[in-house]
Amino acid sequence: MSALTLTLKYQPAQRVDMSPLTCNKLNGLNQAEIAALTLQNGKAKIRVAELFEISGDDSQNIVIKNSFEKLDFIGKELDGGNITIEGDAGAYCGISMKAGTITVNGNAGIFAACEMKKGFLTINGNTGDFLGGALPGNKMGMKGGMILVKGNAGERVGDHLRRGVILIEGNAGDYCGSRMTAGTIAVMGQVGKHLGYAMRRGTLLLWQQPKLPATFNDCGTHTLAFLPLLFASFKSLNSKFADSTAVFNRVQRFGGDMAEMGRGEVLVRI
Amino acid sequence: MIINGVTIDATFAEAFPMKATRAIITAQNEKWAMISAQAMTGFATSVIACGCEAGIERTLSPEETPDGRPGVAILIFAMGGKGLAKQLETRAGQCVLTSPTSALFAGIDSDKPIPLGKNLRYFGDGFQISKLIGGKRYWRVPVMDGEFLTEATTGQVDAVGGGNFLVLAQSQPQALAACEAAIEEMRKIPNVIMPFPGGVVRSGSKVGSKYKSLGASTNDAFCPTLKGITKTDLSADIESVMEIVIDGLTKEDIDKAMRVGMQAVCALGAKSGIKRISAGNYGGKLGPFHFHLQEILA
Repeated sequence: MSALTLTLKYQPAQRVDMSPLTCNKLNGLNQAEIAALTLQNGKAKIRVAELFEISGDDSQNIVIKNSFEKLDFIGKELDGGNITIEGDAGAYCGISMKAGTITVNGNAGIFAACEMKKGFLTINGNTGDFLGGALPGNKMGMKGGMILVKGNAGERVGDHLRRGVILIEGNAGDYCGSRMTAGTIAVMGQVGKHLGYAMRRGTLLLWQQPKLPATFNDCGTHTLAFLPLLFASFKSLNSKFADSTAVFNRVQRFGGDMAEMGRGEVLVRI
Repeated sequence: MIINGVTIDATFAEAFPMKATRAIITAQNEKWAMISAQAMTGFATSVIACGCEAGIERTLSPEETPDGRPGVAILIFAMGGKGLAKQLETRAGQCVLTSPTSALFAGIDSDKPIPLGKNLRYFGDGFQISKLIGGKRYWRVPVMDGEFLTEATTGQVDAVGGGNFLVLAQSQPQALAACEAAIEEMRKIPNVIMPFPGGVVRSGSKVGSKYKSLGASTNDAFCPTLKGITKTDLSADIESVMEIVIDGLTKEDIDKAMRVGMQAVCALGAKSGIKRISAGNYGGKLGPFHFHLQEILA
């Protein structure tokens, strides 16, 4: 069986809701049935066959070719299987995914992996705001799984993060880790302003010294035993995080946000 | 059966089903991991009065431990799952949490998890931090030397307790030397512990007593000083008897340990004063696991 490949024929002017095209929803459907499915395209409905050339038959391995930034909701509620996106992904890529893997070989839009429950999302380019965050009005962001971003991330990374790991090889924007309830965000590059804003618990692991808000207090330098375990769990990744030179266990620990419950921590490599 | 002048009795050791778990203690160096492990497995020779039987299985190199530090693997055995969980938690709390630089990890997987550090986290008084790493939950508890890192749970497995054999010798030093040789070999076998002091017990017991309050009392049939006044199992030339008790995760593990132990005793042979090897049982009516000495050495 070869991967089910959806090659975009042209770039529509309006955004496309790709949520019907996940491994679990396409399981058991043949090419003709998949071609007949309809997608929301702006205010209109459009048949899959009108938008994509379809080849292959393994619906547990989906490849989306020629993807661009208006293909939204790719891998929504994905519950197993693999989706590979050749090109950019739109907004809400991997939203509420429950299992499986999504690989974006390009950039991803806003709200990538927001409210994700489990699984693994790799973004080989950059991503927009609210990575792993909560939808507006919701109180819980990502609840499990792992996100790896090889480029830069926008603002509000891990907003309301509840559980899970977000790894960013590049930079993260303002309000990184805002309103975190728990979980781990690791950033190798620079972070923006208002780091850990209203953070309750959780860990922000940084390679570069950030400009911290006044509501984070210095707890001193420490050797933390959990860090080698955390890094060991990254070993299988195709990432700088798996590099043995990235491993450390000596950190400067800052506690905060003291304007909130103050049980969060910012750990900075020393 | 006679091996190197040592008579192997045509008898068997009788053992019982138990519940067991393994934990891994690590520390800054092996010295402190061992100190913590020794404390955790202290006063754990017999379930009769200690609540559990525990021992050090082996030391672990940094490559073998979850956090890359030197460590020690310990095994704990109890008659039931509840008792095991209670003993594990109490001992972890008093002997590992308290021990400088220590960390505590699960040493065995099973579909029946029991709390390891799950409840010890409350010592953190709200400052404890949970981390879910690779599907396993860990707790970071702030303590005065830094942080105590512990895995939340470990596995509980079915196990076997009470495998044993008796070494009958011409003198006390000879009996002890033979047992020491046996223990040295048996400690190389994984999945077993010999829970008594140094692995050797000199006060083997029988079921029952003339005193109503006691369920067990001295095994007078094997007490050399009583040879003339009780129904003895000893010949005139035997002056000392010592026992090695083995708990293992499976019957096969105990088989292996008994084999290498008895072989070490036999290697010393009659010229070293070793006359017989026997075993303790209850007529085969109480324990479902029978370890026939001659079959093991065949």
